[in-house]
Amino acid sequence: MTPVHILAASENPLLPAWYDIIWSAICLLIVFLVVWKYVLPAFNKTLDERAERIQGGIEKAEKVQAEADEALAEYQKQLADGRAEAARLRAEAQEEGAQIIANMKTQAHAESERIVAQAQTQIEAERQSAMVQLRSEVGTLATDLASRIVGESLTDDQRSANVVDRFISDLESQSSAQPVKGA
Amino acid sequence: MGTLNAANTMIQAAESGFHAPSMAEFFPAAFLFEGTPFEMNRVMLIRVLATVAVVVLLAVWAKRMKLVPSRFQSAMELAMEFVTVGIAEDTLGKEKAKKFMPLIVAIFFGILFWNVTKLIPFLNMPGTGVIGLPIVLTLTVYVTYHWAGISEKGFGRYIKDSLILPGVPWPMHILLIPIEFLTKFVTQPFTLAIRLFANMMVGHLLLVLCFSATSFFLFDAANGFQFFSIITFAGGFFVFILEMLIVVLQAYIFALLSCVYINAAISDDH
Repeated sequence: MTPVHILAASENPLLPAWYDIIWSAICLLIVFLVVWKYVLPAFNKTLDERAERIQGGIEKAEKVQAEADEALAEYQKQLADGRAEAARLRAEAQEEGAQIIANMKTQAHAESERIVAQAQTQIEAERQSAMVQLRSEVGTLATDLASRIVGESLTDDQRSANVVDRFISDLESQSSAQPVKGA
Repeated sequence: MGTLNAANTMIQAAESGFHAPSMAEFFPAAFLFEGTPFEMNRVMLIRVLATVAVVVLLAVWAKRMKLVPSRFQSAMELAMEFVTVGIAEDTLGKEKAKKFMPLIVAIFFGILFWNVTKLIPFLNMPGTGVIGLPIVLTLTVYVTYHWAGISEKGFGRYIKDSLILPGVPWPMHILLIPIEFLTKFVTQPFTLAIRLFANMMVGHLLLVLCFSATSFFLFDAANGFQFFSIITFAGGFFVFILEMLIVVLQAYIFALLSCVYINAAISDDH
């Protein structure tokens, strides 16, 4: 051991020398300043940025999800609307069709009735005219025939008309009685 | 230390080859500015080197910091969060911890690096093994927690909260106030400094003792004693591993106790 060592070792290790305090203070101050002014701000900034980025990502995903949900709801609503509209149209068409058929039936019925009625009227009219014509023609023919047969001129029109009328009414009564007989 | 020194001398007298560890190692000869307050010796140089190392590491980390971290950045972030969250915020709460964060972080990383130099070959000496640094660290914490308490509560209420325990029958205060005073103003800073200093100093002495004994048994002892070098080397190796733990543990304890003391000073619930 050199004398210097003995001298140093005899110092109380719990009492610091001035140079010891000063170098310690310098070292601590440097570390403190670097941490305070540079390292911690950078560290906190990075952590904040990272948190912000993650937060932003989550928010974006949530927004996209909400948009997708909204679009789906809209689509489903449209689909339901479309279905309802189609059902409504079908029901309407059915109703309308039924009505058209009913109308057509009524119309056809009326038309057929009208045609029948017209036909009957026409038939009746034709029958009447045929009857009148027949009556006059049959009278003339009959008188002509009778005069030829009898050779007597039956020119007295008044009398001949009476005869014809009587004859025809006999015919008529005969014809109306005949179906009764026939039955 | 006189007795230790005397013992060393005795051992050296008896066995001339054995270099016993001594306190002298903590006070090596100055090589720069001798006699001035800026006297520079080996231990001071080691402190400065450790300071440069921790500052460069932290600065490089902060400089290269990116949103997506590299492996180095992740590891450093893990270490940093161990301090900011695990030590400061868990003790002080998120809001209150903000104000003291630079100090706590500086204390933890500083002490870690000033300690670890004792395990680094060729340095082999803890920067915190000489009492000056533990004292400066402790004074910083001591001033901080008293200042924080006073600025938080005002001088009168801070002293009252510090010394008078609530819910105690008044005659007990005759006993408790001096005890509380001793605790808050003397024992706490004293133990804070001595714990760090003694751990570092004794760890270093143990390492030196084990390895110098190994060297002695191997090269200088009489034949037949070489065997003991295995035992002393194993002991030295064990102490080395233990010191790796203690180096981190002491930094952790110092930072944690700083937070605990600050919290005790500023919190309302006594």
